[in-house]
Amino acid sequence: MKHLTYLKFEVLRTLRNRRFLIFSLIFPLVLFFSIAGANKNAVVLGIKFPLYYMAAMASWGAMTAMLSIGARIAAERQIGWTRQMKITPLSTKVYFSAKVLCGYMMAIFTIICLGIAGSTLGVSLSATQWLKMVLLLLVGLIPFAVIGILLGHLMKVDSLGPALGGVTSLFALLGGSFGPIFTSGIMLKIVKDIPSYWLVQSSRYVLTPSGWPPAQMWIVIAIWTLAMTRVAMRVYQRDTSRVS
Amino acid sequence: MTNADVRDDAIVLSRLSKAFGKVQAVRSIDLTISKGEIVALLGPNGAGKTTTIDMILGLSRPDTGTVTLFGTSPRDAVQAGEVGGMLQTGSPPQYLNVRELITLVASLYPHPLDVDEVLKLTGTMEIAKRSTVKLSGGQTQRVRFAVALVADPDLLVLDEPTAAIDVEGRRDFWNIMREVAAEGKTVIFATHYLEEADSYADRIVLMARGRIVADGPPTEVKAKVGGRVIRATLENVDVAELSQITGVTAADRRGEGITLKCADGDACDNVLRELLSRYPGARDFEVRGVGLEEAFLELTADDEDGDDHAQELQ
Repeated sequence: MKHLTYLKFEVLRTLRNRRFLIFSLIFPLVLFFSIAGANKNAVVLGIKFPLYYMAAMASWGAMTAMLSIGARIAAERQIGWTRQMKITPLSTKVYFSAKVLCGYMMAIFTIICLGIAGSTLGVSLSATQWLKMVLLLLVGLIPFAVIGILLGHLMKVDSLGPALGGVTSLFALLGGSFGPIFTSGIMLKIVKDIPSYWLVQSSRYVLTPSGWPPAQMWIVIAIWTLAMTRVAMRVYQRDTSRVS
Repeated sequence: MTNADVRDDAIVLSRLSKAFGKVQAVRSIDLTISKGEIVALLGPNGAGKTTTIDMILGLSRPDTGTVTLFGTSPRDAVQAGEVGGMLQTGSPPQYLNVRELITLVASLYPHPLDVDEVLKLTGTMEIAKRSTVKLSGGQTQRVRFAVALVADPDLLVLDEPTAAIDVEGRRDFWNIMREVAAEGKTVIFATHYLEEADSYADRIVLMARGRIVADGPPTEVKAKVGGRVIRATLENVDVAELSQITGVTAADRRGEGITLKCADGDACDNVLRELLSRYPGARDFEVRGVGLEEAFLELTADDEDGDDHAQELQ
């Protein structure tokens, strides 16, 4: 655990960034209370609305948390700190791992807060169900960690803000974070190939006793992760061999 | 090369070249720096200093040639914590105070210096609790120096370390650097100030257009590029008389304006004294350095064709 100090300061830096907390935590919480609170007894796609919306908002906030890995990387690239780190013994692997861990830390924080918010609006799940939902969310977030790293190397700090907002909103919208937009037909087939759909759907699978999502979810997540990793690696190599 | 040589050399650059597109930034340079030397890499902008330093640090890969640090590759030397670097860009990251930042960097190295010691040494103890984004230019520079130093590296590589600070801050910086270097560290720094290279280096490596055009002790290199030009107003004087003043390398007269060239600052002082005592009527003095750029153009002008030819032959 020789990188514990490094990790500690990375966590500290992440927590001190208040702007990020607003987007990944406060926004989803406010939306959850205002919308799920007003539709406490509604049922959507056979699920009680507060449960659906809790998973939907947790997905949205957690996605924002993961993609903001990119914001931190872009900022460090811009000021030249990435290059400074490259002339220390810190390996690229540890550098990225720390970033991803911080993303996950904030994502879990968001998920827990939404969970607490959910229970105040009557969402009641067993310990196993909670665990299962968190697990599904954590796995579903893997592609977003990679997309975050990709965006962090693709964009400059100035353009990254709007890009992150846009990408997160698009994934959230298509995935059904703001309410299911496609429930049948060809469009449903298409959104089922998007990882955020499965994040939002995590609420559904905790209710069925047999319990696990179909193979399609794992395949979609695996393919997105692999494809995005390939693109990210290419962009990373281009970025590091660039004239600077 | 014997083993003893390998052990005594801190940096060995061999036939090192690097191009960016059509721009040949570094053209087949050879350079050996022994342990404990303080070397200035002097040259105007675009001379290839930063490109060379990036290759020494392993930040960019040479097109041809090799870099050897302490007998191994830059990557291995960096991994072993033998190298500390201060890059031209490289502001400290946000959301940390100075002490936290230095502690973070120290944690990455196998044998770091004590954080307090580094803060004291670099004069950053008073600002240890200040956020890294609330520092002045000079303070940022000192913090960046602390970042390079905390590794307790055998080799310090500094790319224009005083670029962003005022004259006084510059002197402070170099005094600290001298103190550090006294412990036997090897230091290579890039600069485009001749005075800086002259005052703080044991050896000056002069670069222009991607080549090393001079390499030697400061006095030697200064003689090549440290020229001064004196202008003054003086009526009815013979140019031949002027050029007899000790220290004048060239003299010229246009109407009432005279121009005298001399080799360096000391010679220039003598010439001025002599000029005043001989011609009390001389006035409107103006002294300026020839400027590195001008000097480099003179140094490199003649061999340009020959070298291009030589490159074709390789």
